[in-house]
Amino acid sequence: MMSPKEKDNDLYIVDDELNSNIIRRTLVKKLIAFIQLYALYIIIFGELGPGGGFQGGVILGSSIIIYILIFGLEEGRKRISQKASDFFSSTGALIYGGVGLLALIFGGNFLQYAALPWGEPPVANHYGIMAVEIGIGITVAATMIILFCEMIGRD
Amino acid sequence: MADLILLFFLLVCAVTAVAQRELLNSAIILSIYSLIMAVVWVRLGAVDVAITEASVGAGISTVLFIAVLTRVKRREEITRFRVQVLPLIVVLAVGAALIYGTLDMPDFGSAAAVSNTHVVPRYLEKGVEETGTDNYVAAILASYRGYDTLGETTVIFTAGLCVVLLIRSEKKRRL
Repeated sequence: MMSPKEKDNDLYIVDDELNSNIIRRTLVKKLIAFIQLYALYIIIFGELGPGGGFQGGVILGSSIIIYILIFGLEEGRKRISQKASDFFSSTGALIYGGVGLLALIFGGNFLQYAALPWGEPPVANHYGIMAVEIGIGITVAATMIILFCEMIGRD
Repeated sequence: MADLILLFFLLVCAVTAVAQRELLNSAIILSIYSLIMAVVWVRLGAVDVAITEASVGAGISTVLFIAVLTRVKRREEITRFRVQVLPLIVVLAVGAALIYGTLDMPDFGSAAAVSNTHVVPRYLEKGVEETGTDNYVAAILASYRGYDTLGETTVIFTAGLCVVLLIRSEKKRRL
């Protein structure tokens, strides 16, 4: 039996009774696809328009967070496991650093995208910036998921 | 006129957020504050910052605030309100100094402003040629300031790492 105070604090964690709300479940299930599509759009087109890896990553992370809010931590962890979010959190930063190192290997300076072997300098620049934006997006999305899951995970 | 209305709402939000005793209310009001702030950024022409403000300020930080509130007491202790003279004087003096400082600032968007005369003309002239992208914000963030952005990404990664090390290891120890 929980003390009243504990119960009070538990208000924000997914409650089974509230959780069975079919409207919310269905709505979130349908909506997540569009949220993630929008997030990917912002990450990829961040190079050409407003947005970028950081903003897109946050939106991508929130799509998982909203899933966890509605379906619970256990169900959410089935979609992206603790291991996966830990892994992706470092992968993004490594992609960014890796692009820099790749430029170094191909005779440029660190992060000099023009030296990348992906075509003429303007094109290589283009792909280089896109690659680092994707790296930022992966790290930010995974880190947001980690932050949220660790905060609400009950001991 | 619209700017003044937005500023008024920002002030109202800020004051009510501080005045709330229920911390959940404060978190929600802060998210409204961020949403209005995003509109302000759009009006200032900073769309990238507006997207960040809307997704981070209004979205994720509210969720994280609420997640933290599940772990701590979410009601402020009732304290007796009394005016403390010395802190009030200090605050007013600093505020007056800051407002006095803004008088010297250049007009918004002025071409003669220091921030618009130093490196910005170079970016605008050579940006497309040197970075291959038409979006100057992305060009500066990812290319000219690539090191900084790498640092920022590492900072975010480190933040996640610290949370994992602090909270998850504590959970394991208790098991």
